[in-house]
Amino acid sequence: MSATIVSLPDQSTARIPKVNFLTKENGLLSWLLTGDHKRIAVLYLISLTFFFFIGGALAGLIRLELLTPQTDLMATDTYNKVFTMHGVIMVFFFLVPSVPATLGNFLIPLMLGAKDLALPKVNLLSWYLYVAGGILAIYTMATGGVDTGWTFTTPLSTHYVNTNVLTTGLAVFIAGFSSIFTGLNFIVTIHKMRCPGMTWFRMPLFVWAHYAASILMVLGTPVVAIAIVLVALERTIGIGVFDPTKGGDPLLFQHLFWFYSHPAVYIMILPGMGVISETISTFSRKRVFGYTAVAFSSVAIAVFGFFVWAHHMFIMGISNYAVLVFSLLTMLVAVPSAIKIFNWTFTLYKGSITFETPMLYTFGFMGLFTIGGLTGVFLGTSGTDIHLTETYFIVAHFHFVMVGGMLMAFLAGIHFWWPKMTGRMYPEKISQLAAVVTFIGFNFTFFPQFILGTLGMPRRYASYPPEFQVLNVFSTAGATILGVGYLLPILYLTWSLKYGEIAGNNPWQATGLEWQTQSPPLTENFLVTPIMDHEAYDYEWLENQKEKEVASVG
Amino acid sequence: MTDQKEMEESQHHVVSPVIYLIVFGALLVFTALTVGASYVEMGIFNPIAAILIACIKAVIVVLFFMHVKYSSKLTKLTVIAGIFTFVTLISMTLADYISRAWGRW
Amino acid sequence: MSDSTAIAHSPHDAPEHGHEEHPAYLRHHFENVEQQADAAGFAMWLFLLTEVMFFGGLFTAYLIYRNWYYPAFVAASHQLDIFWGTLNTLLLISSSFTMAMGVWCAETRKKQGLVLCLVLTFILGIGFLGIKTIEYKEKIEKHHVPGFHYSLNSFLNPDTDEAAVKAGDKPLPLDMARHTEVYFSLYFAMTGMHALHMIIGIAILGFMIFRAQAGAYTAGHVTFVENFGLYWHFVDIVWIFLFPLLYLISRHANT
Repeated sequence: MSATIVSLPDQSTARIPKVNFLTKENGLLSWLLTGDHKRIAVLYLISLTFFFFIGGALAGLIRLELLTPQTDLMATDTYNKVFTMHGVIMVFFFLVPSVPATLGNFLIPLMLGAKDLALPKVNLLSWYLYVAGGILAIYTMATGGVDTGWTFTTPLSTHYVNTNVLTTGLAVFIAGFSSIFTGLNFIVTIHKMRCPGMTWFRMPLFVWAHYAASILMVLGTPVVAIAIVLVALERTIGIGVFDPTKGGDPLLFQHLFWFYSHPAVYIMILPGMGVISETISTFSRKRVFGYTAVAFSSVAIAVFGFFVWAHHMFIMGISNYAVLVFSLLTMLVAVPSAIKIFNWTFTLYKGSITFETPMLYTFGFMGLFTIGGLTGVFLGTSGTDIHLTETYFIVAHFHFVMVGGMLMAFLAGIHFWWPKMTGRMYPEKISQLAAVVTFIGFNFTFFPQFILGTLGMPRRYASYPPEFQVLNVFSTAGATILGVGYLLPILYLTWSLKYGEIAGNNPWQATGLEWQTQSPPLTENFLVTPIMDHEAYDYEWLENQKEKEVASVG
Repeated sequence: MTDQKEMEESQHHVVSPVIYLIVFGALLVFTALTVGASYVEMGIFNPIAAILIACIKAVIVVLFFMHVKYSSKLTKLTVIAGIFTFVTLISMTLADYISRAWGRW
Repeated sequence: MSDSTAIAHSPHDAPEHGHEEHPAYLRHHFENVEQQADAAGFAMWLFLLTEVMFFGGLFTAYLIYRNWYYPAFVAASHQLDIFWGTLNTLLLISSSFTMAMGVWCAETRKKQGLVLCLVLTFILGIGFLGIKTIEYKEKIEKHHVPGFHYSLNSFLNPDTDEAAVKAGDKPLPLDMARHTEVYFSLYFAMTGMHALHMIIGIAILGFMIFRAQAGAYTAGHVTFVENFGLYWHFVDIVWIFLFPLLYLISRHANT
C-alpha cells in the first residue's frame, strides 16, 4: 500500500493561493448573501454535517434501546418518535441533499467550464429553504416529535396520532422545494452553460449522474408535496380524501407518497454513483469502461425509477395485477444499476490501482451497494417480499444501499475533492483507518439485521422476542464502531484546514476541468473560458499537459 | 438546424397577433362545444369528449400562446417529458384502482 | 441530445465593464444575453413541469374517486353554477389572449400596448377571482364545505334544493350522498390551489404593470414578461381541465 498517485507541490515553498473564493470577500454577510456556488456548497456542507449528527444521535438511541428485548430505555411512543425523526432527518435533510448540494453545487460549474450555476440567487434560496425546513424539523423534535414513521402512512398520520405531523410535513415540504430548485438549477446549467467543446459525451460522468438525479428532483418532488398538503388538509379540516369512513382511500396517500419516495432513493444514490465514477477512474488511472453505457444507465435509472413505486406497497392492499406489474418493472430497474457496477469493475481491470482513502470508500461502496442492490431484487420479487417486508430485512437492505452505498460515496467524494475545496490535503493514514473502521462497523451493524429480518423480527418495534437479542447486541456494538468511524473525519478534516499539506492544483493527477484550476478555486472559477478539446478521463492528454508544464518551467 | 441558430430563431420569432386571434377564437368555440356536449347524453363518450376537447384547447395554448411551436427541440422535449410523467402517475395509479375490481386471479 | 454542442464564443478577458459592450442586465456568469434569456426560459419551463406534477396528484385523486362514486360526483357537480363556471372560463381564456398580446407588445417595443394588455389581464384575473368568491360564498351558505358542518340535505332531498331541481336530480342513497363530501374536498383543494396560483400571478402582474410603465420590458429585455406569460398560460391550462372535470360531469337530464 505504499504506492500512491498523490503528487503535491514542494511543501517548503507551496502556499495556498492568496486570492480564492474563500478569501475574496470577508464578513458574515458576504457568506449569507453570496451567489457563489462554491460558498453555497460550503454552507450546505456545514449544515448537512450538523443534521447528520442529529440523525446519527437518534440512530444511537435506537440501537441503545434495542440492546434489550424490553422497552426499558424509553417508552414505546418515544421510540416511535426517535425512529421517525431519524428517518425524516436522514432522508430529507441529509441523504437527498448530500452529494448534490455540496459536491454537485461546488463542482458542476467547474467541471463544465462555467463561471457559476445558471441561477445563483435560486441556489442561495435553495440553501435558505433547506435551513428553514431543518430548523422546523428540530422545532418539531423539541416540541414532542412525530411518531408516524418517516413514511407518514395514512390513516395513522391523519386520524390516529396527535403528534407534530403538520409541522414535520411542513418542514419536509419546504425542504422539498430546496431540492426542486437545486435540481432545476443543475438541469439548466448542464444544458445551457457548457464551455466550448464540452459536448454531452465529454462531460464527466459525475455530471451525467447529477443530471439524471435532477430530473427526478424536478418531476418527483412536487408529488410528495401535494401528498403532504392533502394530509394537512385531512388533519385540519377533515376533507375525507384519505378517510375510509368518508369514502376516501388511505392507499391513495401511499401512491402519491411513494411516487416521489421511490425516485427519491435514486435521487439519493445517483450522485453517489457519479462520485464513484470519478474516483474509480482516478485511482485506477484508467478511463471509465463503457462511458456511454454508464451515462445512459444513469438516465435509464431515472426514467425506470418512475415506474416501480408500488413495490413499497405489495402488502398494503393494491390489486394482485398491480403487484405483478410493479414487481416485473422492479426487475427492470435493477439492470442499469448492475450495468454501472460491471462497468466500474471493468474499469479496475488492468488499471494501476492505488488505495488512497477515496478509493477505500469506493471499494466499500462497490461491495456494500452490490449486496444492498441484490437484496433489493429479493424484495422486488413479490413472493419473497410479502414475507420480508416490514421486517429488519428491509431495514438492512436500505441501510446497505444508503449507508454502505451512498454515505460511503459521499465520504469518498468529500475526501477526493477536499484538496480542491480547501487547498489542503487531509491526513492520509488516519483517514484510511477511519474508512476501514467505518466498513467494519457498518457490516457489524447491518449484516445481522438481514438475519433478523429473515428470522422474522419486525421493524419499528421497540421490543422483540428474547431470541433476537444476540443479533441485536451485535448490531448495536457495530453501531458504536460505526459512530467512531464517522466521528474521525470531522476531527481530522477540521484539523486539516489549518495543518493539512498544501495540495496544489491537482494532487491526484486527475483529469477533469476542476483539477486544471487552483485549489481553492477563484470565485469566478476560470480567468479564461476553457475550451474542452479532449475526451473525458483522457489520461494521455493529462500526460501531455504535464510534459508541457515540465518543458516550460525549465 | 444547429442549436445556436435554433436558439436565436426561437428567441427572435415574433408570433403574429393574427395567430393569437385565431387561437383565441378557437378556444371560445371549443369552450362552447364542451359545454354543449355535456348536455347531450353520449354515455361513455361524455367524459372522453370532455377530456379530448380540453386536451385540444391545452395543446393550442401550449403551441401558440406559449410559443412551443416556434421553440427549440429542447423546449418541446421538456413539455413532452412533463406530460409523460403526468400520464405515468395517473395511469399507473388508476391501473391499480381499476384492477382491484377484477378480484383475485 | 438536441444541443450536443455548446455555445461557441471566444474566450473573453477578466470581467471588466467597458471591455465589451453589454447591457446592464447581463449577469456575469453568462457569456451573452442570448444565453441568459435562453437559460431563464428553460428554467421557467422546468418550474412549470413541477407545477404539472403538483396538480397531477390532485387530478389522480379526482379520477379515482369519480370512478368510485360517479353518482355522487354527478349530483355534487350539479351544485356548481354552469353560468359562473363558463364565464370564468371565458375570462381566463381572454386573459391568456391579452397576456399573449402583451408579450407581443413587449417584443415589438410597444410600451403603451404592453401596459394596456397587462392591465386587461390583471382585470380579467381579478374578475375570475371575484366570481370564485361568489361561488365559494354560495357553497359556504349551502353547507357544502367539507369539515364545516357539511350538509347532505341537497342530495338526500333534492327537491329542497334549487340547483338539484334544475338538474333533475333524484335523491341519493345515504352512503353515496356521504361521498359528495369527497367531491367537494377535491373541488376546494383543486380550485383553491388554482386560485392561489392566480393570486400570486395577479400580484406579480401588479408589479409588472409598474415596471412596464417605466419602460423596463420594451427596451429589448422581454424575458420577464415572456416567462410570466408562460406561467399565466399554465394557470389557464389547469383551469381548462378543471372546468369540464368539475362543472361538466353530466348536465344532461337524468333519465
